[in-house]
Amino acid sequence: MTTYDIIFYLFAAVTLVSAFLVVTNRNIVHAAFYLLFTFFGVAGIYVMLGADFIAIVQLIVYVGGILILLLFGVMLTNKITSVDIKTGTIHLLPASIVLGLFSGALAAIILNTNWTQVETKTAEGTTAALGNLLINEYALIFELLGILLLIAMVGAASLARR
Amino acid sequence: MMYDWLYNLTGSEILAAVIQSLLPLFLFILPFALFAVLLERKVSAHMQDRLGPMRVGYHGILQTVADIIKLVQKEDIIARDNDKLFFNLSPLIVFMGSYAAFAVIPFSSVFLGSNIDLGLIFIVAVTGLVVAGILMGGWASNNKYSLLGAMRSAAQIISYEIPTMMIIIVVIMLTGTLNLYTMSEWQTSYFWNWLIFGGPGFGLAKFILIPFMMMSALILFISTLAEVNPTPFDIPEAESELVSGYHTEYSGMKFAMFFLAEYANMFAVSAILSALFFGGFQSPFGYLGNLFNVPALIPFEQFFWFTAKGIFFVFVQMWLRWTLPRFRVDQLMTFCWKYLIPFAFVILIIVGLITVLL
Repeated sequence: MTTYDIIFYLFAAVTLVSAFLVVTNRNIVHAAFYLLFTFFGVAGIYVMLGADFIAIVQLIVYVGGILILLLFGVMLTNKITSVDIKTGTIHLLPASIVLGLFSGALAAIILNTNWTQVETKTAEGTTAALGNLLINEYALIFELLGILLLIAMVGAASLARR
Repeated sequence: MMYDWLYNLTGSEILAAVIQSLLPLFLFILPFALFAVLLERKVSAHMQDRLGPMRVGYHGILQTVADIIKLVQKEDIIARDNDKLFFNLSPLIVFMGSYAAFAVIPFSSVFLGSNIDLGLIFIVAVTGLVVAGILMGGWASNNKYSLLGAMRSAAQIISYEIPTMMIIIVVIMLTGTLNLYTMSEWQTSYFWNWLIFGGPGFGLAKFILIPFMMMSALILFISTLAEVNPTPFDIPEAESELVSGYHTEYSGMKFAMFFLAEYANMFAVSAILSALFFGGFQSPFGYLGNLFNVPALIPFEQFFWFTAKGIFFVFVQMWLRWTLPRFRVDQLMTFCWKYLIPFAFVILIIVGLITVLL
């Protein structure tokens, strides 16, 4: 066990335990708060993989944006208007079939992939390379995504005005 | 740098990392909070033509120490209907978020937690943790004032993050880096080389940039000020409406943690402002170490200049806090969306054109 391993297992444990609590918790606000730790753990694992930019973006977009939005929605609907949001178990049979298929596919992929072992090396910053790729190689996709986000924003604004 | 030196001293990776990450807390945040609380009380008192704390020590110097002893002794009250787990977790998360920002703040060329490439964006990212922690505390308190305060606080921080990000993008375009240390090194050690005066190098671009840089610095100061919630922006804590906002229900050490996080944040945003526009740890007039040929002196001088700039901006924050009245909620949103963001966009476009054309 090196320091790297210890830190990795720490983040993995945070991610898994909190993700389990998210799906099992009956209180929906609690579930939303546990999601914070899941996102945080995933960001940590990105850092361990040397993807520093993705990790920071994960924190900004998911913790700073989506989670806050989710919390606003859940808190406003659950606590203030005192309407209970039920988080029960329904459709057991179809759910277990889909879950079985999905985990079977995941297990098959994990077992059948030729994993290559790479020496651990000090991670280098990826931001400059990523920026170059986005502007030069994938400029069209980048711009299309921008337009897609713009359309979504205009749509959200026009829905909210109604 | 620091880490290598600690590694050689202790001979253990983990020990060196732990010591290095604790240093800003014990060397900086705690003494700073002690000093800043006293400074705030004295500044507010003199601005309102009174004396402030005078009893404990000479002119009340030991007042904060006495306050801390009082806070430690206080009973930790948790009401029956509070959500126990999240109520206890919230101060920790808020403090963690504002403390994590100190990991990338370059106090001097030697004393610097982590020299990562994404320092500037990292600070913005961990601010998200503070928002989540505040919402958590407000909700878990099970108190309408706390919940309203937390909501207002989250809405305010998220809105004012947009102009902050725009100005950060302007600075990134000019410096070509996200690393706060490289950014501070780039603005070399004379004040006319700072980014607020157009950055190093003499040319046409520098003189065209000066007015836009001054406006950007002002916008960044205002929008980061709104993220710390002092008085012109203290809608989340508005005493006359909400008792004391999201920490109404907290007592004793948990309240002290929110308080400490607030003061740590005050310095963190001042540090970002000085690292981006005011040369970071660079001295405005060159170094005594270079003058007398003692290179070992330079890091200490840099530490002095960095904290001096930081504390100056903290003082400006206090100055505003005790002179301006509070915004209304609609004024707050108008100010952000109708004034700061359009100005930030115009600056972004003009500075982009300048960097491309000149």
